[in-house]
Formats: sequence, structure tokens, C-alpha cells
Amino acid sequence: MSAFVNQLPIGLSIGAVLLLIALGLTFTFGQMGVINMAHGEFIMAGAYTAFLLQDMVLALPAAFVVAGLMGLALERAAIRHFYGRPLDTLLLTWGVSLVLQQLARDLFGAPNVQVPAPSWLSGGVGILPYNRLFIMGLAIAGVVAVWVYLNRTGLGRRTQAVVQNRQLAATSGIDAGRVDMLTFFIGSGLAGVAGVALTLIGPVGPALGTYYIVDAFLVVVAGGLGQLRGAVLAAVGLGLLNSYAEFWSDASLAKVIVFAVIIAFLQVRPQGMFVLRSRVLT
Amino acid sequence: MIKRNLPFAAIAVVALVAAPLLLEPFRLGLLAKYLCYAIVALGIGLAWGKGGMLTLGQGVFFGLGGYSMAMYLKLTEAGDGGLPDFMVWSGVEELPALWTPFANPVFALCMAVLGPVALALILGALVFRQRVRGAYFAILTQALAAAMVILLVGQQGLTGGTNGMTNFFELFGQDLAEDSTQRGLYLVVASVLGVLYLATRQLVNSRYGRLLVAVRDGEDRVRFLGYDPALVKTVTFAISAGMAGLAGALFVPVVGIISPALLGVVPSLELVVAVAVGGRHALAGAVLGAVLMGYAKTAFSEQFADGWLYLQGALFILVMTLAPKGVAGIGRSILGRLRSARAT
Repeated sequence: MSAFVNQLPIGLSIGAVLLLIALGLTFTFGQMGVINMAHGEFIMAGAYTAFLLQDMVLALPAAFVVAGLMGLALERAAIRHFYGRPLDTLLLTWGVSLVLQQLARDLFGAPNVQVPAPSWLSGGVGILPYNRLFIMGLAIAGVVAVWVYLNRTGLGRRTQAVVQNRQLAATSGIDAGRVDMLTFFIGSGLAGVAGVALTLIGPVGPALGTYYIVDAFLVVVAGGLGQLRGAVLAAVGLGLLNSYAEFWSDASLAKVIVFAVIIAFLQVRPQGMFVLRSRVLT
Repeated sequence: MIKRNLPFAAIAVVALVAAPLLLEPFRLGLLAKYLCYAIVALGIGLAWGKGGMLTLGQGVFFGLGGYSMAMYLKLTEAGDGGLPDFMVWSGVEELPALWTPFANPVFALCMAVLGPVALALILGALVFRQRVRGAYFAILTQALAAAMVILLVGQQGLTGGTNGMTNFFELFGQDLAEDSTQRGLYLVVASVLGVLYLATRQLVNSRYGRLLVAVRDGEDRVRFLGYDPALVKTVTFAISAGMAGLAGALFVPVVGIISPALLGVVPSLELVVAVAVGGRHALAGAVLGAVLMGYAKTAFSEQFADGWLYLQGALFILVMTLAPKGVAGIGRSILGRLRSARAT
């Protein structure tokens, strides 16, 4: 029983990290149909920003801006020429991710580096270590911010309009291109924040993003395209499933179990938990 | 008919006669390795190029084939009642039940193909029937590749863990270190690739092939016409998985190793990249791409190891932006221009 409870914060914090990553993906994937494989490298960029600054409070906004600008540059330079070709974008951004990983290897060296956790995050209450609590808080703050942005600001409502019907939104006078840029900035910035959070639970290396990107995409698949509540539920579910599957079987079987559960889940809800209904025929 | 097959016949003669005579054994072995990848690429060309299914997990099927073959090789080496070397090192005392039937070469070879086919049939039936497609399917296959690697690494006593399996000495009584054996293996690989290429081309040109392309271009419309797109896709996916499995089984004696690093997310994606570079819409492009990229990788990592990743990434970005139809597409447009120039 105690082992069961001990596993809970681990699962929840993994879920929180996945949520931060998937929030960005739901933005880019949901709104623009862009599968950005370089998203993982924005996580890494955020983590290295934390490593360079060595200060958690400064690192969070800095990582958001660094990763966000990288995303913006990628969108402007390449992805915008690929709209409507999601599978090509996937391969293109994978090329970008290879280059970024090698760049990190050349800049920071191949071995992992450690970011010392700030002293105010050591210790904890009961079974909840402060660092994992902090990550969960970060994820909650991220979700709230995104929700407020999408539902309470003009820009956010315009974003939603583009998600629901790009052509119609454009006809109503919304500059879809600008919305795309902003979306990419925010989505990638969130990946940077996730990267900072990851420095609290492990070392930083050039391949950091690759460990999380596949799971984060699974969150989007299970949660439903462009759905905030779907991403929240799926991320927490997947995080818990991951940590408990690891606990009950062993680490090597856990991923297989997670994969099987997701395939089984898609039998019930093929388009994820929440679906944006439309009559569009492909 | 004869004219159409002329390029293929010319390439076949070069591959089967000239290459073994002219290339030194080391280079011939490398070429055999690229041709193994080309078999996988052919399957990707079929599933992705013709069927529109971007599969990022072909490494899984390649690995299933490779491990089946490696298990057989390890067992013949260990002899009756013996244990493969890596099991002794990881403290396994009795041969696991999973391994026992692989002592039979026929079973091992059948499993190398049927295992991947079965997995693809199950996955395809579950996924395509629910109309999960496009990017979702790509992500799922990638997740499968990631899960497979973690599973293989974790089950050290069963699979050899991160190191995988290596140190193979003989195949069907032939010494694998001998040049003649390697030359024979090369000929087998090249012939298999040739036969599979012809068969796949036949398949694509058949009614089934047309249906497949129709599913790629308008799945719902095909459904409205009374066909079952899920069935077409599942079968195609299974065929491409079978090819990858066979390629894996051939790869093991040729290269002499199988390990998780050869079949994870990155190698699976690299093959898709190779197909894209060669030209996804033409089967020959897929084969060409795999050989070219394999060659480029060896050539450049011999010179400067780190630069390869930059180059691969850059090459890839360039191909996707400037020539999304790949080398085959460029070739085709040049041919088309020549023809129209001649006509006027």
C-alpha cells in the first residue's frame, strides 16, 4: 500500500511534464495539423537555458522565450511552406531535430550535465517532495494560463476560430498567418518551460527531448486533437499508467503495456477523448 | 514489355555479375547491407508511397526478423543443450521456452517473416478499422518502435540487452568469415531484392494496386464505392512488414550483429528519410534512396563522424523543401522534358 502511494507523486509529476509538453503540441498539432518532431529539441533548449542561468526563477521566463523564438523561427523559415502536408512536415522537422541535437552536442558536449536544484525546493511534505510539487504547480499554472488565453482574450478566441475553421476565420478578417506565428511561439515556449521542469528530476543531455516526445504525442492522440481538457486527462492518465505499469511489471514491459492500453482505448474512442465535430470529408 | 524491363535487367546484371567480380569483399559486404535496407525501403515505398501509410516503425518488423535469425544462429553455435554465450554471462541457466523452437532453421525463417506479418495484421486491423490514419498512425508506429527497443534492452537474459546478439560464426554449415560465403550471401540478398521488386511492381500495377492508390487519395470515397479500405491497408501494411522481417533475417548473417540500436525510432525514421530522398512515388526510387543513403552514411562517417548528422539533417530539409518527390521525381521530370523536346 505504501509503495502504491509512493508511486503517486512520481506518476503525477511525469504526467505534469507530459502535460506541459503536450500543451504545446495540442497547439501546433491541433491548430495547424503540424507534427513538429523538433518539439523535443525545444524541451532540450529550455533545459540548457536553465543550465546556463543556474537560477530557477530566471530560467522559467528565459526558457519560454528561447524555445518560443526557436519555434517561431522554425515556423517562419520552414513549416509555413508545408501547411496541408502534415506527413512531410513530420519528416522535415525531424531533420531539424537532428541538426539541433548535434548542435547541442557541439555546444555543450555529449555528456549529460546536472542543474543543481535550488535549495528552496529540497525537502517536502509527507510523500510529496517539493520539486515534484513544483512541477505539478507549474503544469497547473500552464493549463490555467492557456485556458485564460484561449477563452478570455481576443487573440485566444481568434486562435480558436482558426482551429475550428481556418478558411472561415480568414474570411472573417482574422490574419491566420499571424495567429499561426503566435501559436507556434506559445506552443514552443511551453516546451521550453517543460525543459526547465525536467532539470528538477534528472540530468540534461542533447537527447533529452527524444525521451519524452513520443509519449507527448501519444497524449495528443489519446486526448483528442486540439483539446485542452483531453490533453489534461490524457497526460495525467498516461503519467500514472506509466509509473504504475513500471511498478507492477518492470520498466521494460511498461512501455508495451502503455502502448497496448492506448490501442485498446482507440478501439472505443478512435479520435481521442474529446473530438471537435465536423462534417469535413477527407 | 522488353523495353520497359531493360533498365531493370541492366541493373540486375550489374548487381549480380559485375559487383561480385569487381568489388573487394569489404565493399561487397557493405553493398549487401544497403540492399537489405533497400528491401525494407521497398516495403515502405509500397505502404507509404502507394498506400499513404507513413509507417515510422518498420524497424520493429526488421528487428523481429533479425532476432529470429540471430536466435537460430546462436542456437546452432551453442549445440545441443548448450546456451548462447550472452545467456551464460547474464546468469541464465536453462534455455527459455521461447527459444527452443528456433533451433529449427525452417521455423526460424518462417517466423522471421510470419512474426512481423502477424503483428502488422493485428495492429492494422485494430487501427485501420477504427479509421485511425495519417499522422495518428505515424505516431502510433513510432511509439511501437520506442516500446520495442525498451523491451529488448530490458529483457537482457532473453535478448542480449543493449548489446544485442553478435559473434555468429556459421550459417547452414558455411563459415561466415569466408569471402565465398559472404559473396553467396550477397547474391542471395540481391536476388531476393530483385524478385521482391518485380513482385511489388506487379502488385502495384494490378487492380489491387489501383485500389491501394485510390485509398491513399480518397479513403472515404473508396468506402462509398463499396470497398473496404481498412482491409486493403491492413494487407498492404502486413506485406511491407513481411518484407522488413525478411530483410532483417538476411541482415544478421551479412552484417553479423543485431541490436536494439539498429531498429529503434531513429533507424526506422532514417529508412523513411531514405525513401523520401529516393522518391516515394516510385518503387525504384525507394530502393535507390536506401542504397544512396546507406552509401552516403558510410562514406561520410568514415571521414567525419559528427558532421554526418548535420549533413543528414540538412540534406533532408533540402529534399523536403526543394524536391519533395525525391531523386526519382527529378529523374522523371528530366525524362519528361526530354520527351517533350523530342516531340516538338
